[in-house]
Amino acid sequence: MSRSPYLTSAPSVSVIMIKVLLALLPAVAAYVWVFGPSILVMLILASITALSAEALMLKLRNRPIKPFLMDGSALLTAWLLALSLPPLAPWWLVVVGTFFAIVIAKQLYGGLGYNPFNPAMVGYAVLLISFPVIMTHWPAPIELAQAKLSFANQLEYIFGASNSMNLDAVSMATPLDYLKTQLTLHHSVQDIVSAAQFGLLGAKGGELIVGAYLIGGLYLLQQRLITWHLPIAFLAVLALMAGAFYLADPTRFANPLFHLFTGASMLGAFFIITDPVSGPTTPKGKLVFAAGIAVLTYLIRVYGGYPDGVAFSVLLMNMCVPLIDAWTQPRVFGHQK
Amino acid sequence: MSSLFNIVKQGLGFSDAQVAVTGGVHPPEHKQESSSQPIGYLALPKRLVLPLRQHVGTLPKILVNVGDTVLKGQLLAEAEGNISAAIHAPTSGTIAAIEDALIPHPSGLPDRCLIIDVDGKDEWIAHLSLDWRTQDKTKLLESLRKSGIVGLGGAAFPTQVKLRTSARTHVNTLVINAAECEPYITCDDMLMRERAEQILRGIEVAQYLLGAKECLIGIEDNKPEAAEAMRLACASSPLNQEVTLKVIVVPTQYPSGDARQLIRLLTGIEVPADKRSTEVGLQCFNVATLLALHRYFDHGEPALSRIVTITGNVKKPANYEVLFGTPVTDLIQAAGGALAGTNDYIMGGPMMGFSLPSADVPITKAANCIIVSSPNLFAPVPPAMPCIRCARCADVCPVSLQPQELYWFSKSSNLEKAREYKLFDCIECGCCTYACPSNIPLVQYYRFAKSEIIAQDRSKEAADLARERNEFRLMRIEREKQERAVKHAQKAVGAKVEADKASTNETPISVDDPAMEAKKAAIAAAIERAKAQKKSLAPQNVSDPSPSVQAEMIEIDARREAAKIAVNEQASSQDEK
Repeated sequence: MSRSPYLTSAPSVSVIMIKVLLALLPAVAAYVWVFGPSILVMLILASITALSAEALMLKLRNRPIKPFLMDGSALLTAWLLALSLPPLAPWWLVVVGTFFAIVIAKQLYGGLGYNPFNPAMVGYAVLLISFPVIMTHWPAPIELAQAKLSFANQLEYIFGASNSMNLDAVSMATPLDYLKTQLTLHHSVQDIVSAAQFGLLGAKGGELIVGAYLIGGLYLLQQRLITWHLPIAFLAVLALMAGAFYLADPTRFANPLFHLFTGASMLGAFFIITDPVSGPTTPKGKLVFAAGIAVLTYLIRVYGGYPDGVAFSVLLMNMCVPLIDAWTQPRVFGHQK
Repeated sequence: MSSLFNIVKQGLGFSDAQVAVTGGVHPPEHKQESSSQPIGYLALPKRLVLPLRQHVGTLPKILVNVGDTVLKGQLLAEAEGNISAAIHAPTSGTIAAIEDALIPHPSGLPDRCLIIDVDGKDEWIAHLSLDWRTQDKTKLLESLRKSGIVGLGGAAFPTQVKLRTSARTHVNTLVINAAECEPYITCDDMLMRERAEQILRGIEVAQYLLGAKECLIGIEDNKPEAAEAMRLACASSPLNQEVTLKVIVVPTQYPSGDARQLIRLLTGIEVPADKRSTEVGLQCFNVATLLALHRYFDHGEPALSRIVTITGNVKKPANYEVLFGTPVTDLIQAAGGALAGTNDYIMGGPMMGFSLPSADVPITKAANCIIVSSPNLFAPVPPAMPCIRCARCADVCPVSLQPQELYWFSKSSNLEKAREYKLFDCIECGCCTYACPSNIPLVQYYRFAKSEIIAQDRSKEAADLARERNEFRLMRIEREKQERAVKHAQKAVGAKVEADKASTNETPISVDDPAMEAKKAAIAAAIERAKAQKKSLAPQNVSDPSPSVQAEMIEIDARREAAKIAVNEQASSQDEK
């Protein structure tokens, strides 16, 4: 019987997923620092929903439950979605989004390894389209908030009856949002960025979380859980794109660093677009995929109807993956291209 | 990129390789265990079992009968056909039987073997060295057919075939494979440490036969002693004066010992997939093969033994010089016996080897290593998870395939697509499986898909042949019919002529012409009909790369039906006669 190779080396799928979850911990800590501990509640809510939904679907599909729950992929989807939502979002928003991500975007397509779209981004997009008001109302960072919210207050926001009046009191337009609305009022970028919510590079407080994502991403690179192609191509093209527009008219377009350090740029670069299942597999394909997402993200941010565009860009490029893979097949040893 | 890599690498003194390694893996080497002892010798076994199938190619023709007394080195079976290898008696004794016995082969099936009862005298047959430098090359090659030498690196391809040169193949560079990239195996390492000079003598023979201008010896950097021994031997070799002779240390990265990979590492030349290395001026030999050449030409000794590594779950892992036909159990015994927990015996390395059907099988020419295995050594593989498209397999593939795509195509039996994605360029090195976090037995899928494609091609060929025969038969029937008709017409005309002759005198006979013309027209018509039929019978969308399995199944069924009809018709036509 030939069952060679007898040796195996690779970390298992669950080890990979757990390491990615570990890489998210700095960002979670930064979240707690900037917005308070409510994010922890949301992470727990999302985790429970994801695992229950996954187990339910596996049972309905007659699949073994334990190995697939243990693989950690559902948990990762839950965390990525929770970290994309405003930290004071009502509990049902978290549950609905996570449920949709796991049931519709992942399990109905065949579960782990078979989903053509990034499940977390599907969940996010559904929520953004269905509940745009809640989804675009981010609470002000603690240091800028007029009313300091205790953890009990935060829990009230999450579990209490939804009250948009309440939400308005504590929310503050995100820099990307603010920039967009102010530009329509013909203010110059230089004037706009002097507003309170702007920090050194991106959003006040928010840039701390962005930095934490960057640290987590470097850990993923160091552990060889992702290759450099996706994050570097994404960030480089986003910076190039923003740089070109900025040089053309600095009064109407924000500088490239602002684009790199606000919104979901870093989260996207290292944790979202690097989802292997829904992304391309060839090195060249990864460059094309990431560049496409960067271009679309920038266009949506500047010309689109939403403040940020990472989620839609990822989903749009997910659709192109089979084509990208087919077109970027590497040259095989001993063959001409 | 690669030039920068070279500068850095060579600057640090790591490697003299021409190009950067692409892909590959570096599993724990486990070479130390078996390479701390000098090469040992086994006591003469009581019985030797010599499978006829020890090489790639046609089986040799048996020259002895049961009961014959044979001497050491005596030819027992001679090479038959172009690609074949002879078999000799590794020691003196009598032929006890010629029968099927278990052989070391992945199939685990028994095959024809010559079985020798050893008499213990180890008595040589008369054998002479060849004064090869003064002899005609064709004569030497003819003599090499009787040497029984095959590639000892594991491929077991008859060496005489590889040393033949033709107008199309001009070998400029001789690549000597001493990479020994598989973990655990140390037989080439020990051979170089102990017998480097003999290897050099073998290189001289090969260089002379091929007329190579350059001899490059490729050794992985985890064998510094062997590399040093080879360097010393090179320095004192007379060959050093005539041609470029170099030891090139390459990074330890499996599978650098694959011939095409090593050629690329040493020369920078990527042998085109559809060409043999000789067509681009290169030939590659393993060090042990070269030593066998030296023994044959300088001492007249045919291939009788080889160095085998015995390692793994045994008391004293080491290397032994083992006569072909020696039972694996003898070798295990010599190494102090298998330890508790042994559950498997692997021939070859852990990356490309295979499990033996039993430890009683003989050591053959291809047997470079026996690993006594236990679950502690090689843990059972956990159940496979779905592919998550992480492409780690693609990163480690030394031939730049996309294993994850090939896996999908193989799994869904989308064989056309698998072929299109260069399935047949897969060297089955196992790197992809080694790197897979989902524990998918990828290589197994590729082996399966390859065999399916080959089987499909064969059945298609058979069906095509049957169809052609049927068309030919229809055409023949039609032709015969036409010929009969022409004959009838001729007869009628002939009768008329006879009648005319009676009335008129000797009119010039132009009867033949219209008759011939009618015949020609009839044949043309028959050909037209056959052509039309051929069109209607043409195989349906064989090359259609439809992704669904069902389409493919329907297609195969259709072909099978066509073949069946063709065969039936043929049978019925024979019945008619």
